[in-house]
Amino acid sequence: MIRARGLTKTFSRRKEVVEAVKGIDVDVAEGELVAFLGPNGAGKSTTLRMLTSLLEPTAGEAQVAGYDVVAHPAQVRARLGFIGQGNGGGFSYKVVDELHNQGRFYGLAPAVYRERAADLMAALELSGLEKRAVQSLSGGQRRRLDVALGLMNHPPLLFLDEPTTGLDPHSRANLWEHITAMRERYGMTVVLTTHYLDEADSMAERVVVIDHGEIIADAAPGVLKHEHADDALTLVVSGGDEPAVRAAVPDGFGEVVVFPHDPSTGSGGPDGLRVRVATARGADALPGVIEAFRLAGLTTTSASVRQASLDDVFLNLTGRSLREEAAA
Amino acid sequence: MSEQTRTTAPAVASTTHEAPRIVTRTGPGKFFADTGAVFTREILLVLRDPFTLIFSLLQPLIFLGLFGPLLTGTFGGGFGGPGGEGLTTGETLQWFVPGVIVMISLFGTSMTGSNLLYEIMTGSYERVLATPLDRSAILVGRALKEFAPLLVQGLLIAVVCIPFGFTFHVVPALVGLVLLGIFGIGVGAFSHALALAAKNREWLFWGVQQSLLFPLLILSGMMLPLEAGPSWMQTAAKFNPLTYMVDAERVLFAGTFDDPAVLWGVVAAAATCAVGVAVGIRSTRRTV
Repeated sequence: MIRARGLTKTFSRRKEVVEAVKGIDVDVAEGELVAFLGPNGAGKSTTLRMLTSLLEPTAGEAQVAGYDVVAHPAQVRARLGFIGQGNGGGFSYKVVDELHNQGRFYGLAPAVYRERAADLMAALELSGLEKRAVQSLSGGQRRRLDVALGLMNHPPLLFLDEPTTGLDPHSRANLWEHITAMRERYGMTVVLTTHYLDEADSMAERVVVIDHGEIIADAAPGVLKHEHADDALTLVVSGGDEPAVRAAVPDGFGEVVVFPHDPSTGSGGPDGLRVRVATARGADALPGVIEAFRLAGLTTTSASVRQASLDDVFLNLTGRSLREEAAA
Repeated sequence: MSEQTRTTAPAVASTTHEAPRIVTRTGPGKFFADTGAVFTREILLVLRDPFTLIFSLLQPLIFLGLFGPLLTGTFGGGFGGPGGEGLTTGETLQWFVPGVIVMISLFGTSMTGSNLLYEIMTGSYERVLATPLDRSAILVGRALKEFAPLLVQGLLIAVVCIPFGFTFHVVPALVGLVLLGIFGIGVGAFSHALALAAKNREWLFWGVQQSLLFPLLILSGMMLPLEAGPSWMQTAAKFNPLTYMVDAERVLFAGTFDDPAVLWGVVAAAATCAVGVAVGIRSTRRTV
């Protein structure tokens, strides 16, 4: 569905040349759901805009939905749905008018766009809002209208640029339900950008991590976490000092950190040491560690496993936390 | 029973799934169809909001009603303009009405970009760009929307002025309006490019639009005859395409085709349109 080679975009601002995207190679097969994950300014949106033919690449080439984005932009656009960061519906327009306008933009016959508009409004819980002005809709409703507008041409390929940014958790979950249902219904390939880690983790089947205009990792979220990050076991133990605890940890584990236990954190007994152990498969390894401690005469009073997150992946790949950058 | 559901289920699925899913327009028809689609979207806003429509129709009439008598009163005795001495109300109108029509067309089309600014901010412009619409159709459709009310306004003004001695030459006047439309597409495209250049800095758009508008207006002899002004103004006016538009409109509204001013008007309109659309398309392609 998508094949991009050496895709590059440089912007020049006041004599300063900014390389926003540095020669990206990416392939997306039909039916995939791929998330481009990275901090703001990483080049995700720029990549997406080149793939949708909105922005002409400085170098490189891309075939999208069977057509070259530079040579046949209109053919590419006819075959994709694009949901940008802003709201697609003109604020002064009525909901149904904008859907019909969108149908006309795609060259659909009136009977066809009327039917599709009614159909999409029903599917996306917009029924009854036909005559409302777009600006009077709630954030979630507007976003669903954006999806409806993006689907008027029944595209085989859907691009979503930061689809849930600014929505409350309930609206985000609701929007995802709809996107998933629509993907099923139209058999769409879906490509999205996000800086929400949990969203990439839970929704995407494949995550492409982008930083400073380059792809630094590309795999299923589970694989990324397994290869680039560790789960963390945290145990509270008593009956031994730090060297004894360190000695008791079996071989084959990652970094071991021992520090005094603070009972006010809730778990574990009043005295003891807190031990953090890095490992690839935390849940499987935990019983073995507890058993090894027991054999060394240590008592485990509390144990927990924190699974590796995509943020750990990003942190290990770049030395920076995506969560902090998103908050900044 | 189960046999039947099995046969119907895929059939239903295939009608929603399949169909000739992608429709693509091609060839020269695409430009006109796309322009029509853009124009339809833009004009819907006007049609859906009748109050704005009514006020926008009344505005030039109010202007004409207040400014016209003043002009007649001031210059009625020794008018330095085209007619020379002692103009009647009818003659003043004959001179003044085409100017007012050019003025409202310039006001309207030069604001093409202002709606665009808002749409760039909210995101709907990006959505429109992501459709297969022809880029020039986006420009032309939007400019035509600003021009369309002018046709109605122009005709209304002309009809209202008839009782005051204005002679309405229908066919030449309509040709004049079409000419203004071509000119207006160019101005609209410039305004579009300006909005793209100013994007997210609304004050910049308005600042540039306003500072260009008034010198252009005054230096075209639209409101007051330039013959009374210093020679540098008359020289400057020669480089203003609007001057040729105003001159051509005056001749056409006077019922004459056979005048070099008409030809110069055609040249000015065509040049403005060609350059404007070229600049507009260039900035549309470059700015996202």
